[in-house]
Amino acid sequence: MADTFYDVMRRRGISRRSFLKFCSLTATSLGLGPAFVPQIVHAMETKPRTPVIWLHGLECTCCTEAFIRSAHPLVTDVILSMISLDYDDTIMAAAGHQAEQILEDTIAKYDGQFVLACEGNPPLNEDGMYCFQGGVPYLEKLRKMADHAAHVIAWGSCASWGCVQAAKPNPTQATPIHKVLNKPVIKVPGCPPIPEVMTGIVTYLLTFGVPELDRQGRPKMFYSQRIHDKCYRRPHFDAGQFVEKFDDEGAKKGYCLYKVGCKGPTTYNACSTVRWNEAVSFPIGSGHGCIGCAEDDFWDKGSFYDRVTDIQPQIESTADKVGGTLAAVAGAAVAAHAAATAIKRARSGKGERTTEKGGA
Amino acid sequence: MAANVQGFELDNSGKRVVVDPICRIEGHLRIEVNLDDQNVIRNAVSTGTMWRGLEVILKGRDPRDAWAFTERICGVCTGVHALTSVRAVENALKIDIPNSGNVIRNLMHATLYAQDHLVHFYHLHALDWVDVVSALSADPKATSELAQSISSWPKSSPGYFRDLHSRLKKFVESGQLGPFSNAYWGNPAYKLPPEANLMAVAHYLEALDFQKEIVKIQTIFGGKNPHPNWLVGGMPCSINVNDTGAVGAINMERLNQVSQIVDNTIAFIDNVYIPDLLAIASFYKTWTYGGGLAGKNMLSYGDFPEIANDYTAGSLAFPRGAILNGDLSTIHEVDLDDESQIQEFVDHSWYTYAEAGKGLHPYNGETNPKFELGAGVKGTKTKIENLDESAKYSWVKAPRFMGSPMEVGPLARYVIGYAQGRPEFKEPVEKVLTDLGLPVAALFTTLGRTAARGLECSWAAHKMRQYCDELIANIKAGDTACANVDKWEPKTWPKQARGHGFVEAPRGALGHWIVIEDEKIANYQCIVPTTWNATPRDAQGQIGAYEASLLDTKMEVADQPLEILRTIHSFDPCLACATHVMSPDGKELTSVKVR
Repeated sequence: MADTFYDVMRRRGISRRSFLKFCSLTATSLGLGPAFVPQIVHAMETKPRTPVIWLHGLECTCCTEAFIRSAHPLVTDVILSMISLDYDDTIMAAAGHQAEQILEDTIAKYDGQFVLACEGNPPLNEDGMYCFQGGVPYLEKLRKMADHAAHVIAWGSCASWGCVQAAKPNPTQATPIHKVLNKPVIKVPGCPPIPEVMTGIVTYLLTFGVPELDRQGRPKMFYSQRIHDKCYRRPHFDAGQFVEKFDDEGAKKGYCLYKVGCKGPTTYNACSTVRWNEAVSFPIGSGHGCIGCAEDDFWDKGSFYDRVTDIQPQIESTADKVGGTLAAVAGAAVAAHAAATAIKRARSGKGERTTEKGGA
Repeated sequence: MAANVQGFELDNSGKRVVVDPICRIEGHLRIEVNLDDQNVIRNAVSTGTMWRGLEVILKGRDPRDAWAFTERICGVCTGVHALTSVRAVENALKIDIPNSGNVIRNLMHATLYAQDHLVHFYHLHALDWVDVVSALSADPKATSELAQSISSWPKSSPGYFRDLHSRLKKFVESGQLGPFSNAYWGNPAYKLPPEANLMAVAHYLEALDFQKEIVKIQTIFGGKNPHPNWLVGGMPCSINVNDTGAVGAINMERLNQVSQIVDNTIAFIDNVYIPDLLAIASFYKTWTYGGGLAGKNMLSYGDFPEIANDYTAGSLAFPRGAILNGDLSTIHEVDLDDESQIQEFVDHSWYTYAEAGKGLHPYNGETNPKFELGAGVKGTKTKIENLDESAKYSWVKAPRFMGSPMEVGPLARYVIGYAQGRPEFKEPVEKVLTDLGLPVAALFTTLGRTAARGLECSWAAHKMRQYCDELIANIKAGDTACANVDKWEPKTWPKQARGHGFVEAPRGALGHWIVIEDEKIANYQCIVPTTWNATPRDAQGQIGAYEASLLDTKMEVADQPLEILRTIHSFDPCLACATHVMSPDGKELTSVKVR
């Protein structure tokens, strides 16, 4: 009989008071109100530790590295107390057939009850042999485990979209996992995703079940707003104050990075709100534009230093709304956005700037 | 069949044992060995089992973007490819970076070293030496005495270890062992007493929680970790310590945070990692396997330019040079542009060259994939039981320096630094050998490789302090420029240019070679540390560092690959790095149906 999360925490010498505090912090980190705390407490007290099988296809392991950067919850608590990370070839002690046996055991013991977390993607060319493990194509291993899993998580942009190995001309035919599986997939894109977003998704799944997803399969709680919408440099965008070149006066003053290629206006992720590494910074916060790494196909949308030309004006736009109307309104939206910015600039008495086609 | 190559006896007639996947590494690696009737390894075969191909993806792209693509070669040694890439572009376009940009890069790089080596030791390697289940037999009070006898680290009370012991006991009794499932606990190759095991488990957990603190320095300057941001011409962060509106620039608050992290990093590494390393090593002094090419053929490009834009040996804090044929008295010069020095071969790799059997310098590199299995393979194309090393058998190419396979990594750097008589490398090595009562020959083992990494981690942590102080001194002197954007616009570039960039990655020598034509990338080639170490054989049959290091090792239990893991992990493999190369035309070869 598997232990509950609460059992394990108590046995680790954690008091009920600390446990309740932990549940409360969890609720906060998920953006939930205090009303949800009892629900989290109940879930943690009664559910056994859910087995998690973490597979790696074509990838760079940045998702695993991000996962172990999580601060709340700490990754030690996640892997010792919240889940049972029964297979993850990056950290597991066993290797070879002893490791692969765990997959068989999991199917036998927890059929339909474990979470499959996928980092990387399968290549389809060369009969899948651009990535093989245990002598067989990764695609086979992935499909087999997915067939028996309760939930499938796609970690990062590789599993969600294809990412760098799928950039043109995608020689191995690296393919996002939802295209090769017959199951719903929870996509957690980003290269890598934000650490606390990763553990937040796991915690949510254990506590409440599958999070509400947008049309593209991403949890709305973390992916429904653009980085631009909540960027602390947004006032500079609206005021027409831009970094013109790296390390110029504007850069030193923390102006908007739009003109040096920031993709914040078209990227749906929580970087400007959750931020990175315990909110120490995020790309824009350290002077480089967002490269859009949570977006599908971001490698093939021109240089990271080209200006984006398809900004949507509505701050509260969700990916659903924008996705459906993008093509139709892009031109008008950019014009409106630019006009709004120009009016503000005029009001603030700033001088004339170079007019950029499709930009501010 | 028996053979003698480079002085190694190879015999593949005995029982074949396959370890696939090798876990606790980055990427996908397969090892096959043949054992004699005494369970001694007499033949070893190293196979990279993945291929992603970034170099052709880079063709036709903006050279200023290349750092972001190549950074995604590896998320474990995150940033090292990005740094190599910006150096290659700067070398090609003759761009000088500002002093403070150089200091920040050094600080970023040293930060990665500290975090990466720490994670390697505790989370990718320690379980080859530490028996988690044996820790259950430990006496917490005796563990406390042990911990306090080797370090002043404060988390060492009997109560601390009692709590941990109780947590561990209940964890094991829960029956859900998580990442510790189905491993080799109780194997006679584990030599630590229970108390040392319990202490190591405590530090495994502490290190897992602490490593995320170290990388915050990369977040401050690069915006995030893994995969921070870099910039051709310097660094994208600006310095502004006086003016208003400095949010997002490097200011006093940020510098204080960096300084605090540096202090904490030094404290953890010197008071936890190093004492643990020495304590563990003292129980394995007689396990002298795993040398392979160590002390025979070793290579380091050098790194950490102390003078901005000067990448010659005199400016580099890390040693630069090559050792050939075990002659430690001669350190050969290394020139990444010399087309006769570094060449790659594909006779046993799943690629073809226009001219078979030839070696190609990266400027002229070709990468045409050709997946074909030898006649001796057991199994089928998509269900391989045993590979045939007499044919092609790996997605890793075979790089050679002056025709020889080389070992790269921390031990190579320390041996070359030692051979050059540089006190900052020689003295710590001698101290460790003296403390453990071991001869110099003990360096050329698995344990020596693991020890060198620990010493280097401490070296890097103290370098972080130096670079942090240098940055503050620069700012005080008014030298605050971080990026040179004079040649930012492609129209300022020559019609044709080529260059190389190198770093010493935590795992060893890393080089990128770029050819730029008409403002775009015309050719991009990388030779990475694990390509050197995990190399398959070449046309002469010469074996590489992994294969050589496994030979003659006795396995306690033939079915439990503990000794293989121990030695392979001592190199800290990174297979996504090793097998990123790709076809220049990028054509699809075959495809399977997507259901």
